[in-house]
Amino acid sequence: MSVDFKAIPRLAAGYRFQWEEAQQNHVLLYPEGMVKLSDTAAAVLSLCDGKRTVEAMIAQLEADYETEGLAEDVTQFLVEAEVQGWIKYG
Amino acid sequence: MAKIPPPLWLLAEVTHSCPLQCPYCSNPLELIPKKAELDTEVWLKVLHQARKMGAAQLGFSGGEPLVRKDLEILIAEARKLGYYSNLITSGIGMDAARVEKFRELGLDHIQVSFQADDATLNDYLAGTNAFQHKLEMARAVKANGYPMVLCFVIHRQNTDRVAQMLDLAAELQADYVELATTQFEGWALANRDHLLPSLEQVREAERVAHHYQEKLKGKMKIYYVVPDYYEKRPKACVAGWGRVFLAVAPDGLVLPCHSARSLPNLELHNVRDHDLDWIWYESKAFNYFRGEDWMKEPCRSCDEREKDFGGCHCQAFKLTGDPTHADPTCAKSPHHHLIEQAIDTRQLSMQPTQPILFRNRQNSITKKTARI
Repeated sequence: MSVDFKAIPRLAAGYRFQWEEAQQNHVLLYPEGMVKLSDTAAAVLSLCDGKRTVEAMIAQLEADYETEGLAEDVTQFLVEAEVQGWIKYG
Repeated sequence: MAKIPPPLWLLAEVTHSCPLQCPYCSNPLELIPKKAELDTEVWLKVLHQARKMGAAQLGFSGGEPLVRKDLEILIAEARKLGYYSNLITSGIGMDAARVEKFRELGLDHIQVSFQADDATLNDYLAGTNAFQHKLEMARAVKANGYPMVLCFVIHRQNTDRVAQMLDLAAELQADYVELATTQFEGWALANRDHLLPSLEQVREAERVAHHYQEKLKGKMKIYYVVPDYYEKRPKACVAGWGRVFLAVAPDGLVLPCHSARSLPNLELHNVRDHDLDWIWYESKAFNYFRGEDWMKEPCRSCDEREKDFGGCHCQAFKLTGDPTHADPTCAKSPHHHLIEQAIDTRQLSMQPTQPILFRNRQNSITKKTARI
C-alpha cells in the first residue's frame, strides 16, 4: 500500500479524535473502543480533516515542528492508520 | 498498591424494562421495578461525575434503553460532555425518525442486536415479533451514516446458523459483527441447560467465523470469542475489577461488573447517596478485588494472574459458593470439574428438566424466592 500525495484523508465514519484531560493524552474513539495516541500520531491525525491533501499535511507538520523530511514518517503512519480502518480517502 | 486508574467506560443501565424476553439475558433474575429507576436529573449527575473522572466511553444499555422517554436528553448531554456514546439496543422502540434525531443530538454509535438470522427463530427467542423491525432499523442506522454494528448472541439454539447470520450481516452491509457468546449469568444461567452449546457446535461456529473473517477481510470486521466454558483459562472479566469499567444499574447502584449485585457480603453503594468518585476510589466494594491480596491458590502464584485477574468472581461464586475462588472455567481451578460436568456430552444430550424461562416481569423473582 502506498500513499498518494494528492489524496485527502479524513477520519472514518464512527471515529472521533479528541484530547482526554484525565489521561493527558489524545485518543481515538470508536464503537466501544479507544486508542491512546502518541504525540506524533496525534499530530498527523489532527490534520486528517477531509480538507488537506497529504502533501499539505506534510508541509504543515514540517512548518509546525520547524523541520524537514517528514514525508516518510507521515506516509508510513497513514498506511498503518488506513489498515487499522481509522482513516479513509476522498 | 499501585495507583488506582480512573474509569474509562461507563455503562448506564437506564432501565430493566424490555419489550423482548430473551432467555439468554445476563440481567439479574430480580429485575429492578420501573418505579425504583433513577430520574433524569440523577442520570445527568452520573454522566457529569463519571466524565469528570475520565470516562470517555459511555454505553446506554438495559433492559431496552429506548424505553426511557428521556434518552434524548441524556444523549445530548453526553455529547456536550465529550463522551463517545454507544446505544446498545434491540431496535424496538425507535423508528427511522428517532434514529435521525439521535444522530442530530450527537449519539456516536448504535449497536442493533439480533436473536437469529431468520424471523421464526428470532421471534421465538425474543418472545415477540421483532425481526422485520430490526431489519428496518439496521438499515436506518446505516442510512444515517453510522457505522453498522450488529450483535448476535449465540448459544445452543442458534449457533448452527452462524454462516446464515454472517450472510445476513453482509447483506445489510454491516461494518462490524459481534458474535457474542452467551455469558452464563442471570437469566442465561437459569436457562443454561437450554443454551450451553456442545464442543462440536463451538468448534464449528469458530471455523465458520474464521472462514468469513478471511472472506470479508477489509469489508466487515467479525468478532467471535470462544465461550469461556470451552477455554482453558478464564476471561479477564470487565478488564479487571475496578480498573476500567463502571456500571450504574437502573436503581442507581454502582457496580464493578454487571452481575456484582449477586455477590455476597459486598456492600454496594448508590449514586443517590454517594459521589461516583468516592465509590470508585474509596468504597470497599470497588477495592475488594483490586490488587492480589484477595487471591487464593491457584491464582496467587499463577504467572497469568496479571492477565485474567482470576477471571469472573460472580461465576466463581455462582458455581463454587466463594467469589475468591479462581473462576472454575480455568483448567487450574480445583472446581474445574463443575465446568467439565456441564459441558459433558451426556449431560448436554439430556432433555432439560425445567422449561425455558423467558425474561419478563412475570418470571422475575424477588429476593425471598431467589433460587439462583
